[in-house]
Amino acid sequence: MDLTILSWGADGWGDEFFYATLITISVALCSFAFGIVLAVGATAMKLSKYRTLRALANGYTTIIRGIPELLIIYLIFYGGNSLLMSIAKGAFNYTEYIELPIFLMGVLCIGLSSGAYSTEVIRGAVLAVPVGTIEAAKAIGMNTSTRLRRILFPQVVRFALPGLGNVWQLTLKETSLISVIGLAEIVRIAQIGAGSEKQPFTFFLMGLVLFLGLAFISDRGYLSIEKWSNRGVRNS
Amino acid sequence: MDIDIIKESIPAIAQALPVTIALVSISLFFGFFLAVIVALSRLSRHNFLNKPAYIFVYIFRSTPLLIQMFLIYYGSGQFRDELDSIGLWQFFKEPWFCAILSLTLNTGAYTSEIIRGGIQSVSLGLLEAGKACGMSTIQLFRRITFPLAMRQALPGYGNEVILMVKSTSLASTITIMDMTGVYKEISSDYFSPFEPLIIAGAFYLALNYIITIAVSSAEKRLSLETR
Repeated sequence: MDLTILSWGADGWGDEFFYATLITISVALCSFAFGIVLAVGATAMKLSKYRTLRALANGYTTIIRGIPELLIIYLIFYGGNSLLMSIAKGAFNYTEYIELPIFLMGVLCIGLSSGAYSTEVIRGAVLAVPVGTIEAAKAIGMNTSTRLRRILFPQVVRFALPGLGNVWQLTLKETSLISVIGLAEIVRIAQIGAGSEKQPFTFFLMGLVLFLGLAFISDRGYLSIEKWSNRGVRNS
Repeated sequence: MDIDIIKESIPAIAQALPVTIALVSISLFFGFFLAVIVALSRLSRHNFLNKPAYIFVYIFRSTPLLIQMFLIYYGSGQFRDELDSIGLWQFFKEPWFCAILSLTLNTGAYTSEIIRGGIQSVSLGLLEAGKACGMSTIQLFRRITFPLAMRQALPGYGNEVILMVKSTSLASTITIMDMTGVYKEISSDYFSPFEPLIIAGAFYLALNYIITIAVSSAEKRLSLETR
């Protein structure tokens, strides 16, 4: 195994892997954030009193969690552009060719999947908030938005953090699937390098090590965030 | 929506269903034995057993399955001569072998954590009672620890089985024509990804639904004695 091939610069793949890692991190961060936004909406729908909204949100989480992510990625990759073009044609009479950037497609796919898992976490966290705290807030005359901001939100964040840490690790790993549509993240660069240098083991091992590093850093970061969110709790 | 493509997709994807089921069941079978061994090693007091088990679990749980599969399938090519000389190349050149090996190692790592949690949940009093009756270590494990740990681990294991069904779709990236592989072929042949997605999605959902039902009925059956 020749490791000089992984050096920095024109002869080595070190810099390519470095930028690929940055892309993996940005896809994961954007998808995770997009997923949280979806999850807050879906949680609100799941806890709503309207049956249609509840059914929609349940359909979203059941379907996304029940079918492979790869199917969704192929769907958006092969069908996203034509769907977008038919919408553009119908709504704005715009007939030029449209193509979504691959990065955006990736974030869309991984975010959809990440959001379904986050929904279950956030829903559980909302249900874990003691009703008494909400009643107390009502009793001292807080209005709905103050109550959400001061009472519900801080507690939900604290209850949801452990679960969201798991979802983050899941999202980070799922970004690898975007390599099948050609985004130059870690697995894709490993594939390209493996093909052109004829050293597949070295390159995929390098990819594996990079993911290990990201997971290790996430573990550390997650511990300190959890500590921070529990700062106001006794005996924690 | 093109009805003809839907009609075409149903038999094609149905034919690939046994492939998906075979991938899931073979790797779950071997993965389970691996998981029990890894879980017991992790709980062992000896560092030469629990350290390697910890590292194995950490690596396989914190890296994507896709790269594990590529590392085994494509990566083994780098050591073709070495593998050939010990007679293993005939296995590593087969996508089926590599897919099942990577799925087994992956599910083994996840399942070992579920089983470890189950074993740790067995209360000490029961083991002491067993010892007081004069059971040997093996008898204690077989009659007390293992059955109780399994019952405790069942809900978590059910989730793992569903994740495995989803994970087998990655085998399509190393040329295996499972349901996802066939889906991809149909959607690129007809340039229409929506119709076959409905069919493939329905098959996956149905499979996972059956697993959910099976696991929850097993849970009910096992919990009868506690009532």
